[in-house]
Amino acid sequence: MFLLSLLIFVPLLFAVVLLFTKESQVKYTALAFSTAEFILSLRLFRDFNPGTADLQLVEKFSWVKSFGINYFVGIDGISFWLVLLTTFLMPITILGSWKAVEKSQKTFYVSLMVMQTTLLGTFLAMDAILFYVFFEAALIPMYFLIGIWGGPRKIYASIKFFIYTMFGSVFMLLAIITLMVMTTTLEGGAMSASFIDFYKLDIPFVGGTLLNSQTLLFFAFCLAFAIKCPMFPVHTWLPDAHTEAPTAGSVILAGVMLKMGTYGFLRLVLPMFPEATAYWAWVLMLLAVIGIIYGALVAMVQPDIKKLVAYSSVSHMGYIVLGLFSLNQFGITGGLYQMLNHGISTGALFLLVGMIYERTHDREISKYGGLAKAAPWFTIIFMIITMSSIAVPMTNGFVGEFLILIGAFGANKIFAGFAVLGVVLGATYMLWMVKRVFFGTYGELVEKYKGKLEITKRECIVMAPLVILVFWMGLLPNHFLDWSKVSLEHLVNSKDKYTLSYSLESEKIENKNLIAFKNKTVK
Amino acid sequence: MLNFESLAAIGLNHYLIVSAALFCIGMVGVLVRRNVLVILMSIELMLNAVNLSFVAFSHFSQNINGQVMVFFVMTIAAAEAGVGLAIAVTIFKRFKEVNISFFEQLKG
Amino acid sequence: MSNTLLFSLLFIFPLLGFLFNGIRFKSKNYKLAGIVGTAAVGASFLISVILVAKLIGLEEGARSITVHLFDWINIGDFSANASFLLDPISAVMILIITGVGSLIHLFSIGYMSHDERPSKYFSFLNLFIFNMLLLVLGDNLLVLFVGWEGVGLCSYLLIGFWFTDQQKAAAGMKAFITNRIGDAAFLIGLFLVFTNFGTIEFSSITSLLPATAESGWSGPITLACLFLFIGATGKSAQIPLYVWLPDAMAGPTPVSALIHAATMVTAGIYLIVRLSGMYMLAPDVMMLIAIIGALTAFFAATIAITQNDIKKILAYSTVSQLGYMFLAVGVGAFVPAMFHLMTHAFFKALMFLGSGSVIHAMHEEQDIRKMGGLKKYMPITHFTFLLGWLAIIGIPPLAGFFSKDEILWYTFASPAGSKVLWVIGAITAVMTAFYMTRLMALTFWGESRVSKDVHPHESPVSMTIPLIVLGVLSTIGGWIGIPHLISHYLPGHIPNVLEHWLEPVVKNIELTGPATMADEIVIMSLTMALIIGAAWTAYMFYARKSSIPSKVSKALGPLSTAVENKYFVDEFYNSKLINPLIEASKGLWLYIDVNFIDKVTYLASDFATGCGRGIKHLQNGNIQRYAMYMSVGLILILSLILMGS
Repeated sequence: MFLLSLLIFVPLLFAVVLLFTKESQVKYTALAFSTAEFILSLRLFRDFNPGTADLQLVEKFSWVKSFGINYFVGIDGISFWLVLLTTFLMPITILGSWKAVEKSQKTFYVSLMVMQTTLLGTFLAMDAILFYVFFEAALIPMYFLIGIWGGPRKIYASIKFFIYTMFGSVFMLLAIITLMVMTTTLEGGAMSASFIDFYKLDIPFVGGTLLNSQTLLFFAFCLAFAIKCPMFPVHTWLPDAHTEAPTAGSVILAGVMLKMGTYGFLRLVLPMFPEATAYWAWVLMLLAVIGIIYGALVAMVQPDIKKLVAYSSVSHMGYIVLGLFSLNQFGITGGLYQMLNHGISTGALFLLVGMIYERTHDREISKYGGLAKAAPWFTIIFMIITMSSIAVPMTNGFVGEFLILIGAFGANKIFAGFAVLGVVLGATYMLWMVKRVFFGTYGELVEKYKGKLEITKRECIVMAPLVILVFWMGLLPNHFLDWSKVSLEHLVNSKDKYTLSYSLESEKIENKNLIAFKNKTVK
Repeated sequence: MLNFESLAAIGLNHYLIVSAALFCIGMVGVLVRRNVLVILMSIELMLNAVNLSFVAFSHFSQNINGQVMVFFVMTIAAAEAGVGLAIAVTIFKRFKEVNISFFEQLKG
Repeated sequence: MSNTLLFSLLFIFPLLGFLFNGIRFKSKNYKLAGIVGTAAVGASFLISVILVAKLIGLEEGARSITVHLFDWINIGDFSANASFLLDPISAVMILIITGVGSLIHLFSIGYMSHDERPSKYFSFLNLFIFNMLLLVLGDNLLVLFVGWEGVGLCSYLLIGFWFTDQQKAAAGMKAFITNRIGDAAFLIGLFLVFTNFGTIEFSSITSLLPATAESGWSGPITLACLFLFIGATGKSAQIPLYVWLPDAMAGPTPVSALIHAATMVTAGIYLIVRLSGMYMLAPDVMMLIAIIGALTAFFAATIAITQNDIKKILAYSTVSQLGYMFLAVGVGAFVPAMFHLMTHAFFKALMFLGSGSVIHAMHEEQDIRKMGGLKKYMPITHFTFLLGWLAIIGIPPLAGFFSKDEILWYTFASPAGSKVLWVIGAITAVMTAFYMTRLMALTFWGESRVSKDVHPHESPVSMTIPLIVLGVLSTIGGWIGIPHLISHYLPGHIPNVLEHWLEPVVKNIELTGPATMADEIVIMSLTMALIIGAAWTAYMFYARKSSIPSKVSKALGPLSTAVENKYFVDEFYNSKLINPLIEASKGLWLYIDVNFIDKVTYLASDFATGCGRGIKHLQNGNIQRYAMYMSVGLILILSLILMGS
């Protein structure tokens, strides 16, 4: 049972099938396929064992033997929810952009399917080169999503997005190659690109200077992931990409793609460079705190709703990085939880903004007003998501933000103090926007489209799972955290000498057979 | 009048120098001239310079291979001249132009 | 019934009411919505009574019921569960919340009968009750915080209930954001508590306090107390975060009664009383609280004198009375603070509902200059309002007298108090008497200034019943906390029931000073005389139409303008904090994002394209050129080789 490979490559197969589907049926097929993929991913709940920190469901095949590059995938508590988040958001995104996409639908859905393959690949790859390939390949479908179905400045935005992220990744590739060369010093002497071997490396570190291998590698990875997150000051691609991207693009971008950066921090930076992480964590925390406040302040004065949400993403991602680099259990758990929360609440916000945009074709805040009267149900849903976004207790956002803040407080009280300001500013920009868009008298756009603004049944179906999750994750976080707890605990407790053990599926079966055989003979 | 003695004194180097000179003249022609016909002629010149050195080497090393090679070169030169001239003539017919800078517009 | 079930039901009823009315929020059937909403809170009230009865049934020292509903956040050594604690403090609170709450719900049925969205209104109101119960019943700081933010959210929704009015929506937003500032500080306080004690459960904190007190190092605790207090200033509208409360009057009047007078705004007091043991270890913070409380009480009272909007007067009066409560906790008088919290809930809810009744009768007119002589049109409202008036200015034997008197006495006599604070408190009491009498005189007494097209009428029964009940409570509510001084002379020696009730969980500071019973009598009589004098003056000024007030305000000139304009605090915040922040943010966006970071990236890309542009001439597709490079290169290489050999 190659569950992980199936998860990764089935969407690719779907993409090929979509190519041969009639244009008129393509969206139904895509929806069916993505739902099927989601259902397939639910099998993880059965096959994944949350009681161990080991890498599970491992598949490993040699790819380029001479360099020790393998097709090596596996899952543990860190990637578990991100995989599910990806498969969960995809059908929602497809149903959410049901009417938004008119031109070349086939290419659109094929891009989404390919996107899913690359995203899942990134989260599941345990081989550096494989990871890099997926990490980079994810840019391509997103480039098309923005570049073809985007807004008026789509070319500018897509190129900016592409080059920005490419720039960071190049450093990561360099670092990966360096690490691969280093692995030859390990036992056995063969070159390897597997993360497991990277964890074993003892990279020389000197505090206080930049010119030593661990620090350089640390910053190379950090740059790549910081751009992806994005963190201040390398965030400027995000607002443009979001504003120009179609709704589906924004949802996937904010919901999943940004998490590739934070996931990278968690999977690679923290365990591989323990000394450098401990020494330089303050830099990342500082940038994260600046990002939180800066993103919130800039979000406050945006004239465009979508851009506001985009800048709020900068602020929220700042929280995640702050949590991760607190390097304690609260912060890291909160960081991981906030990744999911952000995927859900910001994804939902982009969907909602997309829904209004579909009707009015304008996102200028000043042209709205009184939407609450024209579309009360829509307003209720928007308010719920807003509450989640500004972390009101009993919604998912609160649990994540609280854990992050308490973690950060344990690591550095000053940074935490400033980060708490983000709580105030977050409420300010969201509620100010809500006030201008939803309250007051009818704005010109609302007046013009008065009768057509209420949310439709299809859109309710899109939003319902998200709204349910907002409360579920807010009230019963243990349902979710229990699946990651052991892995995160392991990461925190052994962060100076992180190891990750695994056994191949095939070996396991053999072992089982062997044990069964032995038992039989004993009897 | 003809001093065969002195003729016999002409060694390999003399041939090679002549060949090199011819080659250089041809090459400069290819590099700097703009007229397609002249460029083609210059290429012929270069090929023949090479031929000359082949023959000279062949003669002085008492080996027939060089002279065989010359036949190949001459054949190819003829073919090349044929194709090149055909193109040149076609283009001239079409555009009334033989200056190669004009053909830059054919560039992709 | 098991405690778990009772607790669950206590929460479930308002929640069901919220969902029921929330789902059919478009319905205009105000009766159904109102009955369901009121019944939900009424049921909660019944359960509260049962629970409190159970609590009373327990042994005196062990009066607490803890219920664990489900695990919430458990990470490492941090745990915050959905568990609840009923002890004497929260018992008082839940009775007030559900009791006064159901009365206000009942009142709302009549008040909201002409509204567009009664269902929505009742659903929010029920949600508020739910959150308020969370706040007071939570057995740890985080559950308290959940309710804390939840009531803030409901307050936001209800202030902006008539959201089509941009100003009302803005008032809601202002309330939420100002509260959020406090909440942020609360969070920091919570973190500090956690780092100090390793737990955020109230019972564990209390049990750890003696050890902390012995260690002598109170720095972190002082900080924790300070930040939690800042959180309380947000919720309980104290200087400097009180600005939202007057604006919050944009909401429907019963909301003002419930949220912005009786319950939510007292959450800060509740918090400090709940953690009184910890605050006793931080005398500096206690002093700060007392000062802030006294100043707030004083300044809010001065503003209240000059206001003409009936609800604004009551709002500032609320701020002022909350200041009293903070003054009380600041000087270590925790029980009087709780006492005043309770009596204030009665009489202020009564007055707000009364003002609601008046506004309803006057067809949404709130300016008291356009009222007057309403006594004859609205006898019940007038009479109950009269009781509220007597209670708030502190005329014995009405409720306000006992609680206020005790606060002033503690301010005077407590080792943490001071004479200066007492003077401020007494002056505030005098001003309270003055502006409340002014309010009475201009609204109910004197000549009618009602415009001719308005025909005031008494409100329906559903609105007068709550008024009457609250009137009775305002009258007799104070009798459960009669101070020893008076009970001494009363037949039967009625004990101070409240103090006795709260004793196991919260104790007042020990009065060690030289102050004696005689002092107490003198002080009590002195304040009484001043209060009556002030009330009489106000009556003469405003009921008898005197020209003195206008002369006084003219004589005071700029000072009176400043007071009338609320000391320009809002303007100050707007011009010095909010606008600069917005401008700065715009600057950040334009100059850092667009013009700096992007420009730098453009520079990088321009460098790359520039290099390309430079080199591109080498590769222009001209074969002749290429051949030239090749030959030049060849010559160079050959000559190098030749020279080398």
